[in-house]
Amino acid sequence: MPKKVLVVEDSAAMRSLISSTVEELSGYETVEAGNGFEALKALPAHRFDLIITDINMPDINGLEIVNFVKNNSAYKNIPMIIVTTEQGDEDRKKGLALGAAEYITKPFDPEKLKTIVKKITHG
Amino acid sequence: MSKPENLLKEFVAEAEEIIENLNQNLLAMEATEDKTTVRPDVLNAIFRAAHTLKGMSGMVGLKKVSEISHRLEDMLDNLRMGKLPMSQPVMDTLFKGMELLRGLIESVNAGKGEEADITPMLQQIQQVMSGGPKSPSSAGAEGIDPALLKVLTEYETHRLNENIRLKINLFEFTVRFPLETFDKDLAKLNTKLQSFGEIITTLPSPGMSPEAGIVFKLIIGTKTDLKTLQSQFSQDQLEIRPIGLKMERGRSDESVVPAAPEEDKGSGSIRSITPTVRVDIGKLDTLLNVVGELVLNKAVIGQISKEMSHNQGFTTTGVELQKAYQALDRRVGELQEGLVEIRMIPIGQVFDRLVRVVRKLSRELGKEVDLQISGEETKLDKSMIEEIADPLMHLIRNSLDHGIELKEDRLKAGKPEIGIINLRAIQKGNNVVIEVEDDGLGVDLAKIYKKGLERGLLDKNKEYDQRELINVLFTPGFSTAEEVTEVSGRGVGLDVVAKNISKLSGLVDVETEMGKGTKFSITLPITLVIIKALVVRVGTEIYAIPLNSVSESLMIQSKDIRTVEKREVTRLRDHTLALLRIRDVFHLPATESGEDRLYVIVVGLAEKRIGLVVDAIEGQQEIVIKSLGEFLRDTPGIAGATELGNRKTILVLDVAALIEEATKTHFSEKKNDPDAKKKTGQPAVI
Repeated sequence: MPKKVLVVEDSAAMRSLISSTVEELSGYETVEAGNGFEALKALPAHRFDLIITDINMPDINGLEIVNFVKNNSAYKNIPMIIVTTEQGDEDRKKGLALGAAEYITKPFDPEKLKTIVKKITHG
Repeated sequence: MSKPENLLKEFVAEAEEIIENLNQNLLAMEATEDKTTVRPDVLNAIFRAAHTLKGMSGMVGLKKVSEISHRLEDMLDNLRMGKLPMSQPVMDTLFKGMELLRGLIESVNAGKGEEADITPMLQQIQQVMSGGPKSPSSAGAEGIDPALLKVLTEYETHRLNENIRLKINLFEFTVRFPLETFDKDLAKLNTKLQSFGEIITTLPSPGMSPEAGIVFKLIIGTKTDLKTLQSQFSQDQLEIRPIGLKMERGRSDESVVPAAPEEDKGSGSIRSITPTVRVDIGKLDTLLNVVGELVLNKAVIGQISKEMSHNQGFTTTGVELQKAYQALDRRVGELQEGLVEIRMIPIGQVFDRLVRVVRKLSRELGKEVDLQISGEETKLDKSMIEEIADPLMHLIRNSLDHGIELKEDRLKAGKPEIGIINLRAIQKGNNVVIEVEDDGLGVDLAKIYKKGLERGLLDKNKEYDQRELINVLFTPGFSTAEEVTEVSGRGVGLDVVAKNISKLSGLVDVETEMGKGTKFSITLPITLVIIKALVVRVGTEIYAIPLNSVSESLMIQSKDIRTVEKREVTRLRDHTLALLRIRDVFHLPATESGEDRLYVIVVGLAEKRIGLVVDAIEGQQEIVIKSLGEFLRDTPGIAGATELGNRKTILVLDVAALIEEATKTHFSEKKNDPDAKKKTGQPAVI
């Protein structure tokens, strides 16, 4: 069965870039969410193997999504990757503390993202 | 979407949208009274826009866009984190930076690469940034629930601290929504909350189930007190708890306000939560054309069905066909309506561009102008929006250049020193009226008369009334500007404006009062592609008249037609209505009809109203206007052709041109009007 990845990112181009990078790996498919609300709606509708989320989003931020997932008994075992900026040290630390497994910084190297995705989901 | 060229295309589309948003937010920011206190959510939205642009441009290899947005992002980050105070130079840098980004994106989109020198901009940003960094606020967030602090981003933490520092009341709103609708419910609540203050964060509680729904905690900073909030939100099912330096659970003033479901329909949140699809307008054009063809096919089937029941009486097949036709009619109608709706975009998009122009021009001309906008949510077909931008731009330029006076002249005339230009859009039925009104000089009719004579556009042996003189403004080659200024003297006159608008089946109207101002009104149909038309007959010829320009139709007898000054008119209630016989316009042979009955189709607006005389009205129908080929394109009085249900091709009348034609005739035959003599050269109030 293909592995399902939830991609939460408010920029459509960035979102589709992340998705297409992940989908270049064989055996992966993605579900996209343009904000926290869509992510919350997508969670019960699928069985995700991985969540990749941006941090800086309006309304529900990425840290809140990590917090939500990691404290919900139904989803807490889904590994998460956070997407942060170069300057976002604080946010990165918080995200990892909340339970995110890995982080990538924008702009990211697609190959690196693929490596991380494989490592985490096979791990 | 993994191919680089697709990615670039997607990037350009999103970048354009981001820049448009950026622009709107910058304008919103500039519009605040005290430019140094900027709404944090607006500033953050601007930061995020720059941030997204930087991230994306870096990945598609646009070095200059990336560099500029990166520097702007740094600057905006300092701004939003309170490390750099807002000032006019900062604001100007933001505007300039945005313009530069827009230019770069446009040149990339045109396949020309990143065509611009970015060094001056980088230097400017550098200079503004060195303008003394303010130390970031650090009031400390003691007392706030540590669990909450864990999930706040750096920025949100900063906002929380700022609110504490400024002694702004902080509240925690707890609200529960059903799983199915929480996104819409929360968007509604957010819109309402934003009018009270700042939403610092929205935290979803981890538990959620179909039965219990989902609980959100929102942190709000507001100057409003608890009591007011409680009464304002008594309709919403939520808990409001004040928070601050001390966090005590279960305080006496903690309140639970149970209430009926909220009915507030406000959904004006800036951020769209509904998923959207971005589509190339060309694809929609193609689809709409297909629907247009479908409308014609439908009409053909309707015609066959009619003929069948006419020839064969009520047969089972005939009735079945009739039923099938009605079902088809309904569905095609829905399809068309839906598709037209998709193409509609708010005219605000054009208005925003105009705001920029006014900003720039008023600076160049040294005139201070307040551009007041209303009705920006009014929707028009995307293709119309594109077409209307230039004419509007021209009218605004015109108002700024010729209408609004210099500051000292305004003060002398007893006017406020800042000029006002009103830009309004109003929907009236299937039309949209766009008005550009200034409180400037007004049109000087004496000056027009003089210029008109000089340019040979008027005859000095004739007398003209105010309307005729104003019409001269729309004549090719006319300009009343004393000298050609850089602003509006670009070789394009109001004649081009009028022509462009008439191409859109629209009409321009002018009202002016000397010393008080001028108002241009443009009336446009909301869409052009499929329109309702009145089908009329003259002799054996059939024509279609776009219904949006028809105000009414009358049945008259030939004795109702009188001739005043060699011109046929009829009475329409208390007014005289000038008539134009379609038969004469197209030089059709006279036909004998036994009956003395004529139909007058009243078209046009206000004083530009005329009656088109036809032999019969055949009915109303939806038509798809097709342009005529090369040879017939410029035939006066004809807007295009269309097919009818009976597979006949007929011509669609160009109402604006016919009115113009009628007014022209009017010119040459008005010399003995005693009223006209009085009016010439006097202040005009139309």
